[in-house]
Amino acid sequence: MGDGSSVDDGSGSDPVRNPDLEAAFADGPAFVPYLAAGDPDYESSLEYVEALERGGADVIELGLPFSEPIAEGPTIQGAVVRALEGGMTPDRFFEFVEDLDVDVPLVCMTYYNLIYQYGSEQGPRPFVERAAEVGLSGFVVPDLPAEEADPLREACDEFGLDLVFIVAPTTRGDRLERIMSQVSGYVYVQARLGVTGAQEDVSGQTEESLDRLADYDVPKAVGFGIKTGEHAERIVAGGADGIIVGSALVDIVAEGAEAGESAETVAGRLEEKARELKQGALRGYEQRVPQAEGK
Amino acid sequence: MTQQYADGKFGEYGGQYVPEALMPAIEELTDAYERYVLENEDGFMDEFRDRLRDFGGRPTPTQHAERLSERYGREVYLKREDLLHGGAHKLNNALGQVLLAKYMGKERIVAETGAGQHGTATAMAAAHLDMPCEIYMGERDINRQRPNVFRMRLNGSAVNPVTTGRGTLKEAISETMRDWATNVEDTHYVIGSVVGPHPFPAMVRDFQAVISEEARRQLREKTGGLPDSVLACAGGGSNTMGAFAHFVDDAEPRSADEASGGEPRDDESVDLYAVEAGGSTLEVDEEAGVAPNSASLSTGEEGVLHGARTKLLQDSDGQIMESHSVSAGLDYAGVGPELARLVDDGRVHAVNVDDDGALEAFHRLSQLEGIIPALETAHAFGYLEEHHEDLGEVVLVNVSGRGDKDLETVIEETEKRDIEAAPSMAEFSGGI
Repeated sequence: MGDGSSVDDGSGSDPVRNPDLEAAFADGPAFVPYLAAGDPDYESSLEYVEALERGGADVIELGLPFSEPIAEGPTIQGAVVRALEGGMTPDRFFEFVEDLDVDVPLVCMTYYNLIYQYGSEQGPRPFVERAAEVGLSGFVVPDLPAEEADPLREACDEFGLDLVFIVAPTTRGDRLERIMSQVSGYVYVQARLGVTGAQEDVSGQTEESLDRLADYDVPKAVGFGIKTGEHAERIVAGGADGIIVGSALVDIVAEGAEAGESAETVAGRLEEKARELKQGALRGYEQRVPQAEGK
Repeated sequence: MTQQYADGKFGEYGGQYVPEALMPAIEELTDAYERYVLENEDGFMDEFRDRLRDFGGRPTPTQHAERLSERYGREVYLKREDLLHGGAHKLNNALGQVLLAKYMGKERIVAETGAGQHGTATAMAAAHLDMPCEIYMGERDINRQRPNVFRMRLNGSAVNPVTTGRGTLKEAISETMRDWATNVEDTHYVIGSVVGPHPFPAMVRDFQAVISEEARRQLREKTGGLPDSVLACAGGGSNTMGAFAHFVDDAEPRSADEASGGEPRDDESVDLYAVEAGGSTLEVDEEAGVAPNSASLSTGEEGVLHGARTKLLQDSDGQIMESHSVSAGLDYAGVGPELARLVDDGRVHAVNVDDDGALEAFHRLSQLEGIIPALETAHAFGYLEEHHEDLGEVVLVNVSGRGDKDLETVIEETEKRDIEAAPSMAEFSGGI
């Protein structure tokens, strides 16, 4: 997957593609971890994100905390509260990105009000411009459906950033077409209905969602509920081009914060978990490749 | 009533800012709204009105308030939504939405509530129409609205405490959206005000518009004309939009008509006042992320929250502020997008009354008219007290709900203040 070609939906102009995100999906399954920037504090969070890269991250989704995260379950809500209490703001977030010592592409995950309010004028352009300056590669905005996304899409096109959309198990027909004509970078395949949160088992809805997306030539990264290497293996074996993992990692941060553990200890655990998830994804990919070759 | 905004947006306000998982449900609801509510398919609106009459007790009266009229030297009329079944205007919307959910084939209802009035109305409507129902309510609001919590449970609804944030309406809405996103295929979310993604603001307004439809007719019967002013308290804005809807087109000033040689129609122009909760002060503590008021129309900035672009209490980064009001039902950081637009257009005056003014008005109305108003409603009477001289000869106040639910809060808050003629409970032990 990820041959760099654009989606041809017959709708005219294609979305701009960021070469960094394309590349991340080019060689085997991509592991896309999420952490809230600044959780539980600025310095520790820098270490945690860097640990994810050491553990095998191909793209990192960095959460910019919003006070009303309606798409998130209790785990990520907790991260948002800790990060906000730790003083995270949009400007601090951009500093955070600049301070990070990682080579993998970074995607900003946040809610639209923060993007809309940033800078001296209302509208998404100042935020996107600043994001491009600090080297972010794209955005995921859970409360911005394709119908309302034109202003952000235009700003992303202007500054060469990707706009990742979420496809839910309920997304079908015209809506699916509309989203897939706008998406760039990768499509975030929501594995099950509901909000974010690690699960004991992966959802049976995932396979059906991947089938619906099979004809679209854009990387498909599955998120919501992935907790273990075994989950990752099954998701990738089932056809995903990548896995997105948030709550299972945030849980480690939360436990560390609660127990008063050192940042180094928590970072080590995050790196280990990242490695487990990445290795699971690779095993799943190995199961898939012979099938693909046999076709 | 004029269908002013067919596309679900009110100028730049409104829209559909929700997670993708909810968008198909929003599309399904929009389709159902257009067919059943706007076009009366399968006789939906006929059944709704029948049930409002027989179950709800409509029409509610528009009463001439004799002692208030005498006090203020003008004719004051009260639209008595407190006499609607359940004690508040909320039943109009709850019954409409639960019935619509049945027409749509949904099997489960979820709702949020602040003061508990919407939760109570939804629980009653769900029991009446035999639908399972779960209500989300902030923990803090549960503590200050215990009678309503009990009423919801009496009607067979589950009440789920929300402990995130400050435990008020804002958090309850977020939590209900999460439930809806999880169970969207068989569940309808009965939003309690003219907020949220399209079609909720327009649909809730249409269900509540019966208030002004009746008031307009009843006032004409009693006075031969229209009121000079309509006052309604505004949190999210559902009773406000219900009270204003059939007067919005009675715009003032009619300068365009006069300029073009038409007859001046000042006698038919109606001023509309949305009375917000001024809380303890309109000053904002941005560092603490707290607005000690709920005056989003008066002091808020445009932004996106809970599915719509509207006026919000937010800091300069766009983080939503904690709001405050002595009245749980007004304690919300946002407001309906249509109201935001009407205020920008100059059609609606956004004004506010602080906690003290509302509490004084609560006692005053109780003593002068024998009507114990909801604390929400008391804000409108607080404005009447201070500004009656500017409101014309005939004033209509929407009594959005009754105050039984607020008595514990009022006893507690009254003891902190020196309110003339307020009864004291100090000599009694054990509360009420």
